[in-house]
Amino acid sequence: MTSADRGAGLAIETTGLSKRFGHQLAVNSIDLAVPQGSVFGFLGPNGSGKTTTIRMMLGLAAATAGSVRLLGQDMPGKLDEVLPQVGALVEGPAFYPFLSGAANLHRFDAADRHASPGTRRARVAEALDRVGLSHAARKKVRAYSLGMKQRLGIANALLSRRELLILDEPTNGLDPQGTREVRSLVRSLAADGATVFVSSHLLAEVEQICTHAAIMSVGRLVAQGPLAELRQAGTAQLRLITPDAGAASGVLVRFGMTPVIGHPDGADAVITSVLPGSAGALSPNGSRNPGGAGGTGGTGERDAAAALEAAPEAIVAALVADGVRVRGFAVERGSLEDRFVALTGEGFDVAQ
Amino acid sequence: MSRSDQVSEHGSRTAKESGREGSVPRQRASSRSFLASELKQLFRRGRTQALLLALAAIPVMIAVVVRLSTAVPPGRGPAFLDRITQNGLFVGVTALIVAVPLFLPLTIGVVAGDTIAGEAGHGTLRYLLVAPAGRVRLLLVKYVGAVAFCVAAPLAVALAGAGIGAALFPVGPVTLLSGDVVQPGEALNRMLLIAAYQTVSLLGLSAIGLFLSTLTDVPVGAMAATIVLSVASQVLDQLPQLEWLHPWLFSHYWFGFADLLRQPIGWDSFTSNAMLQAGYIAVFGALAYGRFVSKDVLS
Repeated sequence: MTSADRGAGLAIETTGLSKRFGHQLAVNSIDLAVPQGSVFGFLGPNGSGKTTTIRMMLGLAAATAGSVRLLGQDMPGKLDEVLPQVGALVEGPAFYPFLSGAANLHRFDAADRHASPGTRRARVAEALDRVGLSHAARKKVRAYSLGMKQRLGIANALLSRRELLILDEPTNGLDPQGTREVRSLVRSLAADGATVFVSSHLLAEVEQICTHAAIMSVGRLVAQGPLAELRQAGTAQLRLITPDAGAASGVLVRFGMTPVIGHPDGADAVITSVLPGSAGALSPNGSRNPGGAGGTGGTGERDAAAALEAAPEAIVAALVADGVRVRGFAVERGSLEDRFVALTGEGFDVAQ
Repeated sequence: MSRSDQVSEHGSRTAKESGREGSVPRQRASSRSFLASELKQLFRRGRTQALLLALAAIPVMIAVVVRLSTAVPPGRGPAFLDRITQNGLFVGVTALIVAVPLFLPLTIGVVAGDTIAGEAGHGTLRYLLVAPAGRVRLLLVKYVGAVAFCVAAPLAVALAGAGIGAALFPVGPVTLLSGDVVQPGEALNRMLLIAAYQTVSLLGLSAIGLFLSTLTDVPVGAMAATIVLSVASQVLDQLPQLEWLHPWLFSHYWFGFADLLRQPIGWDSFTSNAMLQAGYIAVFGALAYGRFVSKDVLS
């Protein structure tokens, strides 16, 4: 899935979607674009408006402003036609504690008027098998662990063939083994051609399974796009260890950098600098600003050209040519986590 | 989506049309299966069974007490209590009368108040709506479930009464209020007719409970409010200062089934009651619809 299919087939598309609760704007005019066939990570700290957005997508809550299209159809106008093709896990699993796992799935399937009663038993058994709950099918949900309920919730989303799966925190409460299983389940669903929209605050999870991601902060969509682009949108840091600090910073300045010289252990200087051309910010609709990541080659005679072509190997070559003793050189690209923290803030301050 | 389009492109036009025709009965069957699921869930649930058992315990309690004690002089205690020793069929009638003011409204309050709020409380409401159950369809299925309980509740009292009465006391021809004597079979029919009257009586209260249930995510709140309203209506019905209001109170005809024990049967009260209850269903059904269709489900 590349960014080329943007606009062509969007599984989810929101335009100016907003939700106000009293004075508080929980979701502030977001424009989500989830390409068909993608595994889309919906990131954001607790309370950033992810679940409210999902509720509006599914027609559970009415939008204060803006619109939602699921699978090319208006929501909630075409709710009856769209939702049978959508499997969802919303804000954690919820079941009748006094019914067994299988009976719960039977109940939810019976509620769907498009689901065929004839194949219900087989579909329930298959869904339970897919999440590894066949052995507990007859057990009352009251006796389920949180992880089992989570699996049952995912099984409920898989009762019929779905074009789109909206999974809100699907690995919540699962042990590492269960998390792995959910990851492979998501991959297999995507391989079957379904679009999977996963909300999460676990970055590692999103980095491992998603092709695309969006980041929410205090009700706003602060970034979205293919995962590779999102990751690169963070700035890259150059780290140079050398005893020849003066000469080295001279070279780096020629490349248009502003080096910072430190002497952490006394002997060699550690020079750090933001790699020019790496800070291509990502606009909310995912297109990159011009002047993206540096190309290859180029010896860097003129500063202006050099700033655009500051490839790490070119910098090293220039340093060595000027007689700088390079004892350590690294370019550290920001992880999704850095990007996330940069966009949403640090610490335990839950938004709102 | 694209998959099904491809299939229909390959198939002929007639195949497509017949497929569409075929989906109508299937949808109907699925709607039936949702209702069946609701009824199964309601009546298999331990709480519902406990409520019905508690109702059935009323005639049993009355019959056992009467059997174990000495005869009471006529005119004391609930109506027909003094007749039980001569004819066991009166156990059911007495129990039905005893259950009207509190026991029946109480159980209806629990069931009707739980309809939507109970689902919201479990968090299952969002999954039913996402299924998608359809908000109007869910409301209808829930109300039909409550109506089924309104049928079952008085029936439990009547049948348990007939059973325990026949077990502990002689059964014979019954003298009606009009003085006519009917055989035990006909008497049993009259008792079922009283049960049916009470079913009708409780339909309005069920609609009120359904509406209150759409207002909250806490089922106990909706249950308590429904029960309180049933008591309040009966209290207001006792105050002569509010005589103009009495015909509009949903509990006004609750005791009006005496005409069913005459020969020929008088249907006036039954009809007035049915009209009044229909009015309550219309008003509170509309309120429940208005509230639920536009409600943000955040539970």
